[in-house]
Amino acid sequence: MSALLEVDNLRISARNDDDELIPIVKGVSFNVARGEVVALIGESGSGKTTIALSSLGYTKPGLEFTGGEVRLEGEDVISMGSDQLRGLRGQRVAYLAQSAAATFNPALTIGEQVTETCVLHGILTQEEADARAETLYKALELPDPDRLGKRYPHQVSGGQLQRLMAATALCGKPDLLVLDEPTTALDVTTQIEVLKAFKSVIKQEGAAAIYVTHDLSVVAQIADHIVVLYAGEIQEHGTAEQVVSKPTHDYTRRLMHAVRPPPAAGQGDETSDAHHRKAPALEVKDLLAGYGRIQGGLPAITVLRDVNVAIERGHSVGIIGESGCGKSTLARVMAGLLPAAKGQVLLDGEELKPALQQRKREELQKVQFVFQMADTALNPRQRIDHILGRPLEFYLGLKGEEKRRRIGELLDMVELPQEFAGRYPEELSGGQKQRINLARALAASPEVLLCDEVISALDSIVGANVIELLKRLRKQTGVSFVFISHDLSTVASFADEIVVLYAGRVVEKGTTDEVLSPPYHPYTRLLISSVPELRVGWLEETMGTQEAQAGIDRVVTLKEKGCPFFDRCPMAIEGTCDEETPPVRKLAGNHAIECHRSEAEFAH
Amino acid sequence: MTDQTNNTDQSFSFDELPDAPPKRKIKLSWPGKIGIVIVLFWSLIVVIGPSISPYHEADILDEELFIVPGSDEMYPDTDFQPPSKIVYFGSDYIGRDLLSRILYGARTTIGISVLATLLAYLIGVTAGIAASVGSRYLDMGLSRVNDALLSIPSIMFALVLIAALNSPGIFWLILITGFIYAASVFRIARSLGQEVMVADFVEAAKVRGEGLWWIITREILPNIAMPLATDFGLRFVWVILFISSLSFLGLGVQPPMSDWGSMVKENLPGLVLGSYAPLMPAFAIASLTISVNMIVDDLSAATGGKLAKRMIS
Repeated sequence: MSALLEVDNLRISARNDDDELIPIVKGVSFNVARGEVVALIGESGSGKTTIALSSLGYTKPGLEFTGGEVRLEGEDVISMGSDQLRGLRGQRVAYLAQSAAATFNPALTIGEQVTETCVLHGILTQEEADARAETLYKALELPDPDRLGKRYPHQVSGGQLQRLMAATALCGKPDLLVLDEPTTALDVTTQIEVLKAFKSVIKQEGAAAIYVTHDLSVVAQIADHIVVLYAGEIQEHGTAEQVVSKPTHDYTRRLMHAVRPPPAAGQGDETSDAHHRKAPALEVKDLLAGYGRIQGGLPAITVLRDVNVAIERGHSVGIIGESGCGKSTLARVMAGLLPAAKGQVLLDGEELKPALQQRKREELQKVQFVFQMADTALNPRQRIDHILGRPLEFYLGLKGEEKRRRIGELLDMVELPQEFAGRYPEELSGGQKQRINLARALAASPEVLLCDEVISALDSIVGANVIELLKRLRKQTGVSFVFISHDLSTVASFADEIVVLYAGRVVEKGTTDEVLSPPYHPYTRLLISSVPELRVGWLEETMGTQEAQAGIDRVVTLKEKGCPFFDRCPMAIEGTCDEETPPVRKLAGNHAIECHRSEAEFAH
Repeated sequence: MTDQTNNTDQSFSFDELPDAPPKRKIKLSWPGKIGIVIVLFWSLIVVIGPSISPYHEADILDEELFIVPGSDEMYPDTDFQPPSKIVYFGSDYIGRDLLSRILYGARTTIGISVLATLLAYLIGVTAGIAASVGSRYLDMGLSRVNDALLSIPSIMFALVLIAALNSPGIFWLILITGFIYAASVFRIARSLGQEVMVADFVEAAKVRGEGLWWIITREILPNIAMPLATDFGLRFVWVILFISSLSFLGLGVQPPMSDWGSMVKENLPGLVLGSYAPLMPAFAIASLTISVNMIVDDLSAATGGKLAKRMIS
């Protein structure tokens, strides 16, 4: 079978200010056969997206083709004129961007947008396109396929929107699909669904695909061939089976090493009681919080209900849940950014004022917040020494030489060279910025560090390094960590206690071992089983066995009565779970599960 | 944590790849460079114009100057004379030297415009930042007042004010222009401020317990300075045109002071006589405003195109 797409010694360069060419892609060759999925994998900056886009004859502004050919069925797309390219793009080669939410136009119906490309290209008439779209909705297992086209993008969930993007791309029956990190921004439970849909629809349509990602375990599920890239060069190229089970190149091994093992008991750090005192470092009691105007003690939108979490000194508590479950809200309440409507926040056993404006400076100092996106959390107009120096000055009153010395120590602590003090944030890489972000929080000499998804935006290798750093810092400083993440494997490898949030309620909490081993709350079980494993064939196995098939990818609804997990739960009891608030069942140790089912029923 | 890298091959280590190329510096295009030269030229004229000009701006030239040697015409026309050795740019409708009036007028026109724009910025940015950091009610109040001001056509508004004050002079002209333009500066400052206000680093400063003054001066202003500077250029151009229009209508700078706008107006009859007189000051206005525009284009290209959208007001 001849290859559909041949990338032959492709070279792409960027032009810098002095008009010099800097090679970005350095002689990359690979083929994509019909009906085959080739994955391009590598860190950000490795040139994977640039290579994928070249199959559309496109480069990002500032880049240019400097050599090689990209042939689609023998025709070089790089040398094509704009007329030919117009015929190529969207028709023979279709592109799926990373964020579906940003791709869809909120003012047009889904149907209009899905069918737009192929009608525009004159491949199908509007009626034919509508019919085709409907078949695709069915193939992608989207709900309510005959009426879906009439709805607007905001009326469907994020995972559904991601699948609709696939429908848009496939509507014109393209020969080649280019998927750019289509599942990276999704929750595990959503990701698994989207992956499955992509895989089956690609097989059904017989299309070929280029799948761009940095996540090796995702690639193992969907790709036939894997191309491993680093700094614009191919490091390793082989079938998925080969690369995943017998990697030959060091870089691939390092990528695999950075993939965190599936969450299981016994990974968390051992609890150290060296810093233990009577009261927990930080505690929230009977918390109720939300957004909007508070009326009659209830906010307009309630996000958190009956939340009780205690963070012991020197412990790290992982807070996990899907997006929208209220985990970031919880951190914001703790930090005082969002005053709680009801309940207490206690620091060292003493009640804190709900709003941060009313808290004392010493109280603020003890609880530091590490923001998710280091890119936006550092003021681009301040040098690193100013960023780190301000909390030193503000809380500790350090000045001059003393302050400089401390800045040096902080940079040491986060393993960055001293020269970085004189740089601006934009001169650092993503991982380095995240380290500065951490150093700024540590500068205050806090007792509790609230880390909100601190590694979610980082590449796997960089993220793994930051986790190592956090572990070391915890041993060194005795600071308590609240570690918020949607990624169970990350939490499992770092936290010694886990709190599972669902729709603003704590459904399970306990030590890492307790939460990650049976008995499980049904939701925890779903979360654990949805984390992709780094082996070929995992997806099929899981989808086959998953008792909670129906539970995946539903819109999380915040409810006032009953168990919020009711409509996704495989063990739900009609008439009880949807009516009564589930009781908290205390199990061994501090392990607690909020469910109507009994301990015996969880076990199976 | 580095042990993973150390045992890999020596030819290269897998360092963290840089995130993005460093931000582009401001790069001046050819039109931008020419623009800077012209703006510098006019700035120089503002300073030294009156001292190098051949006559005073109010001087009505003597007929004797225009007597052609050997001619017996003792009373030649002095108005709308073509360029010659006596009047390099020709003379205006009552026989004043155009060059001198343009040189003097540079100081009036540019001086008034700069002061008025600065005033507009002082009012607009202060109120805009106040609206973006202040309470919902403050924002609401300021914004509605601003909307009301914006809804009145600016020329009309100025005409009414000036007429009501009975052509009160340059000080009031600056005050009125600054006030009117403050409304559009307010809008930009407010939207820029709001955007920065919700950035994580401002939130980080709040969590740290920083006061409002720190947040405004250290976190917000440095981040909106560049776009505001770009906007300043454009606003300045509009103010020049605005002042010139007022003068053209006879309500701006009063004779005998020269000002480019009023010079265009008073010399208009010269057009039918084939005189260059109205074109010279018009050219001066055009050269300055277009040059500033060219520089602004380069600046806004460096700050990213986002700005352009906001500036259309």
